Amino acid sequence: MSYWSFLVEYGPRFIDGVWITAQQFVLAALLAIAIALCAGLMRLSENAASRGLAIGYIELFRGTSLLVQLYWIFFVLPLFGITLEKFSAGFLAVGMNLGAYGAELVRGGIQSVPKGQWEAAYALSMSPAKRMIRVILPQALLNMLPPWGNLLIELLKSTALVSLIAVADLMFQAKQINGSTFMSAQAFGTALIIYYILARFIVTPFMRRCELVMARKMGRG
Amino acid sequence: MEDLSKYPLQLDGNDVPVVRFMNVTKSYGSLTVLDQLDLDVTEGEMVSVIGPSGSGKTTVLRMLMTLETINSGVIYVDGQPLTHMEKKGVLVPADQKYLRKARAKIGMCFQHFNLFPHMTALQNCMEGPVQVLGMSKKQAQERSEELLSLVGMIEKKDQHPSRLSGGQQQRVAIARALAMRPKVMLFDEVTSALDPEVIGEVTNVIRNLVNEHNLTMLMVTHQMGFARDISDRVCFFFAGKIEEQGKPADLFGNPQRERTRQFLSAVKEAD
Repeated sequence: MSYWSFLVEYGPRFIDGVWITAQQFVLAALLAIAIALCAGLMRLSENAASRGLAIGYIELFRGTSLLVQLYWIFFVLPLFGITLEKFSAGFLAVGMNLGAYGAELVRGGIQSVPKGQWEAAYALSMSPAKRMIRVILPQALLNMLPPWGNLLIELLKSTALVSLIAVADLMFQAKQINGSTFMSAQAFGTALIIYYILARFIVTPFMRRCELVMARKMGRG
Repeated sequence: MEDLSKYPLQLDGNDVPVVRFMNVTKSYGSLTVLDQLDLDVTEGEMVSVIGPSGSGKTTVLRMLMTLETINSGVIYVDGQPLTHMEKKGVLVPADQKYLRKARAKIGMCFQHFNLFPHMTALQNCMEGPVQVLGMSKKQAQERSEELLSLVGMIEKKDQHPSRLSGGQQQRVAIARALAMRPKVMLFDEVTSALDPEVIGEVTNVIRNLVNEHNLTMLMVTHQMGFARDISDRVCFFFAGKIEEQGKPADLFGNPQRERTRQFLSAVKEAD
């Protein structure tokens, strides 16, 4: 069977898989961003309790394996009465894990804003929340974008793990096709190429675009 | 803890100064930066603060902006305590909410301008009035444009700080501080980070403020000629205390203290 006829035969299943992978990616990314923002801000809070909570979260999710976390969420939580269907368990695990890494990016981004910016906002009598939202976060965001680009590519590749709890993503389809055809090189080779294309030609240009828009807002475009 | 009951809850009388430092001490660990400072600034007065580095002069401004806490003493602005608030008939250290309200009377310009880089010159000026004073955008824009004209920056109002020279940024920063209509303006070495050829455009703006507007101002500066020109009073700080103060002509022309003479001659040599 030529590679071309392989693609004609199994292409639709790869496309189904890509569609699920894309959904997993978008949902996990949104969750990771939300968690990163919360945990990153809490990490810098003056309140010891919220700082402790954030540190605990970051340590737990960064210090243990994503695959184990995924299994915990899918196989162990039901024992405590929390049952999630596999699709939700998949993006929750990936989002929560990468969110812990993102929290450190948020913290670093905020800390990299010069102290003079805090002082200028303070001298205008801005409240702590206004200082953060109006002055610090926009500048922190610009500093954070390049490492976030990396993190989102990492996140995309991490979604492949959800195939292990039978979410029918790209990796899952590749494994299924391999199992029924034994055409390993073609099956996994195609998956490899598709992941690369998604990362290189969709995620990366999107992040570049964001950086450009932000830079223009800073008058640097 | 210092006994705060000896300080009045507010200053009364006919000639209440706009700013009063009463017995103010600031130290970092065992290092005393300001030692029992008493300083009054009256309405409309322009006071320059000079002295060697480490003499505590910038700390005076930063305390007035409440960017630094104080270890003892009380600062009053407009007769009301700035660093403290009344609780059950005595003064207690002010909380964040009180400080935010109290420091609205103070405006400050910094050595490194600290304009918000993600906002245009106009947006920088509008930020305080809109976000803090709750002004409408239209009103804030009118006020900001008026002030940008005053500092000669109206043509550049839609530029971001990264497109402006240091002198231009500092002029926008002055307009931004003025947009809050402060009672007291603080200038912390505002020309120190500037190239020599643009210092004049900033000092001219300040000179104009002194001559045309009845603002109370405190200025820390290394430019003795400028301080001499525009100040009503000059304070020479040394080792956390006011070593000598007086009218610029007296202090520069006929300094009474040895340390003042030494400092002034050292500065003259460096020029």
